[in-house]
Amino acid sequence: MNTSVSASSNLPASNSNAVETKPFLWSVRRELWENKSIYIAPLIVAGVILLGALVSSGHLPGRRRMALLLDPAHQRAAIEMPYNIAAGVIIITAFIVGLFYCLDALHGERRERSILFWKSLPVSDVTTVLSKISIPLLVIPPIAFAIIVIAQFIMLLISSAALLPSGLAATSWANFNLLQQSVILIYSLIAIVLWHAPIYGWALLISGIVRRATFLWAVMPFIAISIFEKITFNTTYFFSMVKNRLLGAGDTAFDFQLHKTISIDSLAQLTPGRFLATPGLWIGLVFAAGFIVAAIRLRRYRGPL
Amino acid sequence: MATIEARGLGKTYGVTVALDNVDLRVEEGRILGIIGPNGAGKTTMLNAILGLNAYLGELKVLGRDPWAERDQLMRDVSFIADVAVLPRWIRVSQLLDYVAGVHPKFDRARAEGFLAKTTIKHRSKARELSKGMVAQLHLAIVMAIDAKLLVLDEPTLGLDILYRKQFYDSLLNDYFDGKRTIIVTTHQVEEVQDVLTDLIFINHGRIVLECTMEKFESRYVELMVHPDHLAGARLLKPMNERQLFGRSIMLFDQVDRGQLAALGDVRTPTIADLFVAVMTNSAVTNQKAQVSEAK
Repeated sequence: MNTSVSASSNLPASNSNAVETKPFLWSVRRELWENKSIYIAPLIVAGVILLGALVSSGHLPGRRRMALLLDPAHQRAAIEMPYNIAAGVIIITAFIVGLFYCLDALHGERRERSILFWKSLPVSDVTTVLSKISIPLLVIPPIAFAIIVIAQFIMLLISSAALLPSGLAATSWANFNLLQQSVILIYSLIAIVLWHAPIYGWALLISGIVRRATFLWAVMPFIAISIFEKITFNTTYFFSMVKNRLLGAGDTAFDFQLHKTISIDSLAQLTPGRFLATPGLWIGLVFAAGFIVAAIRLRRYRGPL
Repeated sequence: MATIEARGLGKTYGVTVALDNVDLRVEEGRILGIIGPNGAGKTTMLNAILGLNAYLGELKVLGRDPWAERDQLMRDVSFIADVAVLPRWIRVSQLLDYVAGVHPKFDRARAEGFLAKTTIKHRSKARELSKGMVAQLHLAIVMAIDAKLLVLDEPTLGLDILYRKQFYDSLLNDYFDGKRTIIVTTHQVEEVQDVLTDLIFINHGRIVLECTMEKFESRYVELMVHPDHLAGARLLKPMNERQLFGRSIMLFDQVDRGQLAALGDVRTPTIADLFVAVMTNSAVTNQKAQVSEAK
């Protein structure tokens, strides 16, 4: 009787008094407060691109007339190029931002000793580490997507305005289909982030291990092994592997041969089946999961400072 | 159920023994001071209690194993490491939002109430606040959490006298209700003497003295010996003797106050006096032990 009374008065009371908490959501939000560069860096890059587009728009009518002399495929490629470059530069920026975010994520809190404050709250190490890795995997890609699409839209407006007097404004919209490009962009961002997941996981783990110079510790082993292999065996397998991990997402995710140009402008060029069948993708994801688990254990088992 | 129950608590870092087989029991509603020299094992002990370090032996805090259940335990335990652990980039408003978002027992209105009594602005970042204001901010947050155990590790380190006084005043007036348990480590022993209910001295990872403050006052007597009674006083085996202004001051353990009053002026010692006496004695004992081991 006693136990049932105390149990019923203890448990529901503590539940009903308790405000509903969302540790994961707030941990992600907290990362965004601390690391404003996550969205400011790509915004600045987008701003610079738009400024460039604006300044160079004076030459646009002449260049457009030249492009229209080409055969349709190359014409299209030429008109699309600035938009693709804009997307590419912002994606590279997002990668760099994500990488450096991870390199500091578990290091900064120990450096400034705030880990003692974070650990004084009822948030588990699992939640904390997952909220940190979700920044490059789940938060940065949508931010990059939004910034790229808005930048491309403004570029279309600039080109329309520049081409309006010469009556060529419609050729921009006809050759760069923003809606279709958005679909291609979503696919690209997902493919790239899955391909890069082990890189982010590795950076996060290193940030939890070393006390200083996280970037050097993260990068030097790969450079050292590559040099060692080259000197000892005169081969470059390891270097090729690293290069493939950095740049190889597109090799299987897209079919560049379809148009015989480097541009991607048709949904037929997307090859998700081939991408998903790439062993490298899954091997990378297994490594990423391993690095994340190791980072969680490290934050838990290592002394606070 | 005791708030904290430790049996055979131990921790080593390589060959260094930080905690050596410590037994500890802290009941609900106590304010325990853990006093010890640097490197005595105070922080190691607190880290074990907070689930920040693994340990040997048995440890239960509020009935939970802190190492296995830190995040659950932290719903009922608050912790101030020292004044410098709030993230420097965070805004006061963000800090309140975050704690409210993750802590089920945080009463935001209460925290706002405490902050309203200070000059801290919601827009300020932690790095823009003075050390004393950061301590006020952290305390406002902690006092708004309905915790059962509060752990303070050097909470007033580096603060000026005004902030230090205010810190313990707020804690006693606005937080402590006789049911919560507080553990504090500090080197500023004089400021906690009237705050504590229980006292522990720790040295070389061991508890070298454990007593309630009530017992402390009845058990220990400090005597400023009249020069004529020096030999007589020494016969009563003082724990410690020191010189001040040419007069001998002796500290006695469990010697009748009336008997001592005949030999000079008696008073209750400060924690600092007792600490020095106990630490000097244990250092002497250690040296003797080492010498005999060497032989």
